[in-house]
Amino acid sequence: MTLPVLILHVSGANRDAEAARACELAGGAPHIVHINQLRADACTLSDYGMLILPGGFSYGDALGAGVRQALDLRAYMDSQLQEFVASGKLVLGICNGFQTLVKAGLLPGTLNGATGPSPQWASTGERDVTLTHNARGSFECRWIHLAVEGSAQAAFLSQIEEPILCPVAHGEGNFQVSNSDALNRLEQNGLVAFRYVDANGDSAGGRYPINPNGSVADIAGICNAAGNVLGLMPHPEDHIDPTQNPLGGGGRLGLSLFRAMIGSASG
Amino acid sequence: MTIRIEVTNHSDEGDPRIAASAHRLGVVSLRACRKSHLYFISSRTGETPSTEQIEKLCAFLLVDPVTETARSSSLHSTEAAKGPGQPSDGKGAHVVEVALRPGVTDMAARELERGAAEMGIRGLEAATATQYRLTGELSQADLHRLARGLLCNDTIERYSLGPIDPLFGHGSAARDRVERVPLAGLNEAELLQCSKERMLSLDVQEMKEIQSFYDEVGRAPSDVELETLAQTWSEHCVHKTFKSTIAFTRESTTGHTLPVEEIQGLLHTYIQAATEKVNRPWVRSAFVDDAGIIEFDEQYDLAFKVETHNHPSALEPFGGANTGIGGVVRDIIAVSARPIACTDVLCFGPQDLPQDELPVGVLHPARVAEGVVAGIGDYGNKLGLPTVNGAVIYDEGYLGNPLVFCGAVGLLPKGSHPTQPQHGDRIVVLGGRTGRDGIHGATFSSAELTQATHMDSGSAVQIGDPITEKGLIELVEAARDAQLYNAITDCGAGGLSSAVGEMGEELGADIELQEVPLKYPGLTPWEIWLSEAQERMVVAVPPAKLPRLQELANLWDVEMRDLGHFSGDGWLRVRYGGRAVAELPMSFLHDGLPLPRRTAHHLDNQEQLSSPRVPLEDFSAQTHAKEILLQMLGHPSVASKERIVRTYDHEVRGGTIGRPFVGPHMDGPADAAVLKPMGTWSHYRAFALSAGINPLLGKRDCYAMAVSAVDEAFRNAVAVGADPDRIALLDNFCWGNPTLPDRLGTLVRACQGCFDAATAYNAPFISGKDSLYNEFDGQPIPGTLLISAIGLVPDMRRIYASHLKQPGNRIYLLGETRDEMGGSLFSHLLEWDGGDTPIMPTEPLKRYRALHSAMLLGLIQSCHDLSEGGLAVAMAEMCIGGRLGAKVDIGQVHGNELPHSYVPLFSESNGRLLLEVAPGDVNAFEETLAGLPIVHLGTVTHSDQLDCQFNQRRLFSLPMNEIVSAWKGAEG
Repeated sequence: MTLPVLILHVSGANRDAEAARACELAGGAPHIVHINQLRADACTLSDYGMLILPGGFSYGDALGAGVRQALDLRAYMDSQLQEFVASGKLVLGICNGFQTLVKAGLLPGTLNGATGPSPQWASTGERDVTLTHNARGSFECRWIHLAVEGSAQAAFLSQIEEPILCPVAHGEGNFQVSNSDALNRLEQNGLVAFRYVDANGDSAGGRYPINPNGSVADIAGICNAAGNVLGLMPHPEDHIDPTQNPLGGGGRLGLSLFRAMIGSASG
Repeated sequence: MTIRIEVTNHSDEGDPRIAASAHRLGVVSLRACRKSHLYFISSRTGETPSTEQIEKLCAFLLVDPVTETARSSSLHSTEAAKGPGQPSDGKGAHVVEVALRPGVTDMAARELERGAAEMGIRGLEAATATQYRLTGELSQADLHRLARGLLCNDTIERYSLGPIDPLFGHGSAARDRVERVPLAGLNEAELLQCSKERMLSLDVQEMKEIQSFYDEVGRAPSDVELETLAQTWSEHCVHKTFKSTIAFTRESTTGHTLPVEEIQGLLHTYIQAATEKVNRPWVRSAFVDDAGIIEFDEQYDLAFKVETHNHPSALEPFGGANTGIGGVVRDIIAVSARPIACTDVLCFGPQDLPQDELPVGVLHPARVAEGVVAGIGDYGNKLGLPTVNGAVIYDEGYLGNPLVFCGAVGLLPKGSHPTQPQHGDRIVVLGGRTGRDGIHGATFSSAELTQATHMDSGSAVQIGDPITEKGLIELVEAARDAQLYNAITDCGAGGLSSAVGEMGEELGADIELQEVPLKYPGLTPWEIWLSEAQERMVVAVPPAKLPRLQELANLWDVEMRDLGHFSGDGWLRVRYGGRAVAELPMSFLHDGLPLPRRTAHHLDNQEQLSSPRVPLEDFSAQTHAKEILLQMLGHPSVASKERIVRTYDHEVRGGTIGRPFVGPHMDGPADAAVLKPMGTWSHYRAFALSAGINPLLGKRDCYAMAVSAVDEAFRNAVAVGADPDRIALLDNFCWGNPTLPDRLGTLVRACQGCFDAATAYNAPFISGKDSLYNEFDGQPIPGTLLISAIGLVPDMRRIYASHLKQPGNRIYLLGETRDEMGGSLFSHLLEWDGGDTPIMPTEPLKRYRALHSAMLLGLIQSCHDLSEGGLAVAMAEMCIGGRLGAKVDIGQVHGNELPHSYVPLFSESNGRLLLEVAPGDVNAFEETLAGLPIVHLGTVTHSDQLDCQFNQRRLFSLPMNEIVSAWKGAEG
């Protein structure tokens, strides 16, 4: 059966259509759904096999990237989303979607596999990772190389055979942690999913512009302990066809991520 | 009571850019400047928000627990703690706090209020501000200087040394006052006085026409009517200069005056005439709609429009550029197209201008540039549109009056744009709310800037709200596909008055201003009617389709309001609470304007005023060429624009296949962008966007500038693979005061150049715009023409980039080089204003067609156009992009009697491109371009340098690292 994928649209979302095309090419059946449709019960999250939070500037990111969309998830989709995640279905947050998952406490989530947020409006607890302003202080768009951590909890990543070449386009993609313990926890538990590397696949070592935003340990994306919630700053959906490759030649498609996820979710 | 929350990033070391700018302002003792966000929260009911509520707001909306800490206090205690005059944060830093003026878009405050409501905390009011903590030995005078020169723009912001008072809402009551303005019996001087006092920008002739109309009607005009007429008749809305009859005299180079020529409208005689003459069947709409439209494929058309937003950007660079993008994107929505890309071309004053040379009332060019670039990025990025092509020019002529050209492209299904409102259709406004924004924008842009303008016209500029506009894009596309409207237009200059006035020109319209959703109460009827609040569209909707449109508007979070209907009686009736506040026949509004007669004078014989810094007889390429080339590569107009361009998202929508930067390091310059629209991936067709602009040349000869700008835009498009028989052009003229004959004279010559070039290239103009009165304190900007081109690329697998690909490949020059140093970068650097200016190339279309054939056959490896700096700069740029060397001999460069080696190196003759050809393709290539001026210059090499010879005599060798660092600057 073709996997139905819900691509969530809130005010200010973009790259939703690219994500939809990537899903289609990867064999999924994407539907772009406005959060107002979910609120009006015009459609139901549980009818879908995978959820994508696309890029963009939800609500203009006026209070910080992803903050208002994270609030939306809590206000309108809290229990649905927790059930969705608990059932092992896949969630992918790209760029603004990644920022949203982090700000909502769904990434990295807790180590016992439970999702981050507690019910009602209790405090988000001790969030110890964030995505903050790029080290150079401004929005930046450039193509980068992305190493896929094959041993991460997100098992489908092991099916991606080569680094991914795709653009970043963000102002708040600088992944930071509260302290070294938080970083160790991510590293040791296989929660780091993607890192910025150079064209040969060697470590960026924090060097700009290979690491375009100053992220700690060159981290570009992370997953939760159960391996079914994944977020990354770069845009694999912008490299799904060889004609998009700025260096010419084929390979290193971002499409491989969508193939791996949809393939694994379709069983 | 109001709660004040300070949110501080605890690892903030201070923004080094602010310190650097402070030093430029002459405040050298500033050591660091740290920043905090300030949020003010109060309850509409007067209760103090509870501690628990504040904690919740901080946890969910305001504070990032990893990077930030918050401190909240009730407002009175903050005030009490700090006496006036000693603003300090208690740790020895000076405090300056900056807040937006009331009525300026504050998205953070709005989202805070909405977010709070979403969490169940109702009835909150929010305001925001920024706190700057400055360390260093700073006097009060220093702090004011930093605040005014750096931290706060008086046009949209206010500041305080120490804690700032928040301002919530706008408590004034609704104002229904309508004034009658008696004109009867006023003499010419009094009429002009009336026009001036009310900022109508109407001249005596126009005021007299209005006076006699009301004499006949037998009453005095209302302020609503007078304002409506002033807007509708403004230069900005009606382009009267381009429609007026001009008596043109021209003094030829031999000193005698040619007979007076009577020009029946520049637009008609030169621009539209060119379009009609070339008569291309693929033009869908030219000069009729809000944007030009051409055919793309069997299913879709492409719309393209370029606008300027110069005066607003001079006053408030961020907001001016921000709303410039917003405005041109709405022009695309207004032809029922989905916007898919943006372009921008910017002209700024010198960035290193010493502070004491800055005229009073002018923002420093560096501050203008920083704000404009940020404003473009902010709006385009948030709309999810790739900004893919542009240029940045620096010249002292733009010091008091920068130019900001904003372009947008859209895609629409064929035949999907309805343009006929029907009798009885509802007049519906969609999008943002109306405030006192941009009142008098249209008349303001039709007046010259003076020192005082910077003080008085604050209301002419607003900050944009791209998220509301994004909703409009989605909604209009859905409404178009469901065929819910019969006509659509945007609210641009003149606001509702212009949108409703134009749409109802044939039918007449009857509207109720009390239905217009307002940002805050207190607007008078004429202010509502004239407001240029951003992010609004007007649609004509059959009554039966209103409910469906409302459903879609709800889905996309867009506000929608029914204001009235198209009446069918040919009258414009504007009501406020049922009472008519304006009643005008549409015929007088649209046809009553007496077109002016103007005189223009042009002196062909430009005197040579200075001799070159290096006497040209003594110029030795061996001594000077290397130094000049490095100077050119580092010239701000030529050097890499990467630091600007990377702040724009050029990848969103996944269709940017020809990018601003090319080569293995993705940092070589591209000639044009190539885009593949989403939804058309079933075939290989794509399109190119390019630009041509050269104000240096315009200072010498505006005719040559026009011809060269057309050629540059055209060849840039061809260089990346566009079909020369499928290229359409846009013209944007930015000029000084057209009522002065010398200004108008150069404008006439530029228009004549446009006609001659467009017809020679068989390229139609499909859209254009003029922005006149670009003067500061009586000094005009250099007359500046931007030509933008949009060209079809038949096969996106055959697109071309400028970087060298492979050592051993041959390098060819296509096109004749003449001794045309006039207006060149070379002459500029040598401070010489002599020399001939470039002419149109011989049979340009023939060479571009042949090149295109070679491209389709795959005979070209790389291709780069020659523009500022000529052959030398173009060759160096190809080396940079590919990080490969080249060995060339310029002795064989075509052209007759080139006197010196500097001519082939630096001449800016039109119609030229550098081509890289693989050895195996040489025969086929030379055959395909047989009969055309091509010359084999040399080869691509493994060496890390550019070697240049003149008839086998060595001129210079430049190592790659020197070329790269000259072009890319310190960061290279």
